[in-house]
Amino acid sequence: MDVLTLSHVSRSFGRHQAVKDLSFSVPEHSVYGFIGPNGAGKTTTMKLILGLLKMDGGEITVHGQTVRYGQNNTNQYIGYLPDVPEFYGFLTPLEYLRLCGEVTGIPKRELTSRSEELLELVGLKNSNKRIQGFSRGMKQRLGIAQALLNRPKLLICDEPTSALDPAGRKEILEILQSVRKYAAVLFSTHILTDVERICDEIAFLHKGTLAFRGTMEDIRTLRNGRGFQAEFHRKEDAEKFSDAFLGKQENDSLLVTCEGKTQEDMLRAMAYLAENQISPRRIEMLETTLEHLFMEVIGR
Amino acid sequence: MRAFLAFTKKEWLELIRTGKCVLLLILFTLFGIMNPAIAKLTPWMMKMLSADLSDMGLILTETNVDALTSWAQFYKNIPMGLLLFLLLFGGILTTEYQRGTLVHMLTKSLKRWKVILAKAGVMVSAWTLCYWLCFGITYGYNQYFWDNRAAEHLLFAAFCTYLGGIWMISLLLLMSVIFTTSSGVLAATGGAALSFYLAGFIPKITEYLPVRLLGASGMLSGLETPNDYRYAVWITLCLSGAAVLLAVKLFNRK
Repeated sequence: MDVLTLSHVSRSFGRHQAVKDLSFSVPEHSVYGFIGPNGAGKTTTMKLILGLLKMDGGEITVHGQTVRYGQNNTNQYIGYLPDVPEFYGFLTPLEYLRLCGEVTGIPKRELTSRSEELLELVGLKNSNKRIQGFSRGMKQRLGIAQALLNRPKLLICDEPTSALDPAGRKEILEILQSVRKYAAVLFSTHILTDVERICDEIAFLHKGTLAFRGTMEDIRTLRNGRGFQAEFHRKEDAEKFSDAFLGKQENDSLLVTCEGKTQEDMLRAMAYLAENQISPRRIEMLETTLEHLFMEVIGR
Repeated sequence: MRAFLAFTKKEWLELIRTGKCVLLLILFTLFGIMNPAIAKLTPWMMKMLSADLSDMGLILTETNVDALTSWAQFYKNIPMGLLLFLLLFGGILTTEYQRGTLVHMLTKSLKRWKVILAKAGVMVSAWTLCYWLCFGITYGYNQYFWDNRAAEHLLFAAFCTYLGGIWMISLLLLMSVIFTTSSGVLAATGGAALSFYLAGFIPKITEYLPVRLLGASGMLSGLETPNDYRYAVWITLCLSGAAVLLAVKLFNRK
């Protein structure tokens, strides 16, 4: 079942159309990557899902219920983590979660066990110091815990990793991956390695429209068949190889690129090299990296 | 109710852990001690100065000091205490806007009026504690050194000034809802108080104005009676309530 469905959603600010005819859905217990350059409409989409902005057209459903602007009934199924979460610095993480729980009306006994469970999940269980001494990564982790407090079906994170150092990022990604067993995760980012690491599905957003959508499997299949590339020690070798495999030799260099070839083609090329006693410096398949896809999508 | 109590508890924890609570208690204790101390020291200071003054041709006779001198100091100092109090609470809502901490609470379906009432409650409780602490200390010393019976309508006068403080707090709260920076809040609160003060120069309306309560010491010497203050008391109560209600209304729309 899908936790979140968007169908033909649009929204514009004045003359600028921020989101155009956007449709996608997030299945239960999956990690959904929402990718796009700055200004692509990611945050607008998230605000539409949270009912903080009014749609011009289309429909959004969360856990089967339609989102209506201004009425946050559907928000009971959503946990939200803003990009730079801020908390009361004079409280400890446990006190903060207790405050959140009491405000939401979680029964007392459940609240204690739930807070402890969540702090363990985000690795802050033994942190009894006040939040004011926290690093950004720790605040981000506490943010995840508070977003999960009322057992949402969907966790929405707005660029959770962009302000963090590599170690902090790795921790957040690991936590998001383990969050999957509690809720589906929709997170926006422009850091592509993050997506590769944890996402099941991705949606590329560009200028308010969906430029590409698919599972990580789809991306992996896309990767094959871009061709291969070989680099040689001597110019003659490069020329010979280039002639045999219709490759492109850039500016008389030692590098030959054969586009549109498959892995079988590369095996044949390797056999050719062995037969002709040519030793290349390196030979490799060209992979469609997400970066490549990203650049292709945004047309640069 | 649980949400309201939880948020109120958070406000108190903030006061205590950021050190504001201790600071306020120390300040108002000092004020409380200073009033009788200054009164007690006045004759001595006069004696020290009398040599210089007689050179200038002024001759000092006996200086008489009693509880009234100390109470006069109390009413001179308490506006300063109130000012410091308001300065400390100037950011009670604006720091929450600026840091974005309130958003988490509101998205967790905390009712907005609970936020305002919790903040109002905490400020009023803190003011009550500080004010009557200061009053109690001064009262104790005065009783020990002199006799408090010299001052008439002592409690009612103190209550009037206390109520004046409550009115300023309600103004601060209202301005905190309207403005987004603490400097704006303080300037607007000061501006509002100043305009009431200036209006006080018009003799016809002066007895109806809340600012009159801040200078209720006239009752102590028997020059004025509580009856002279009745309009100001009722109007201040109404204005304070209205300011809090308006703050709730405006905050709901924010």
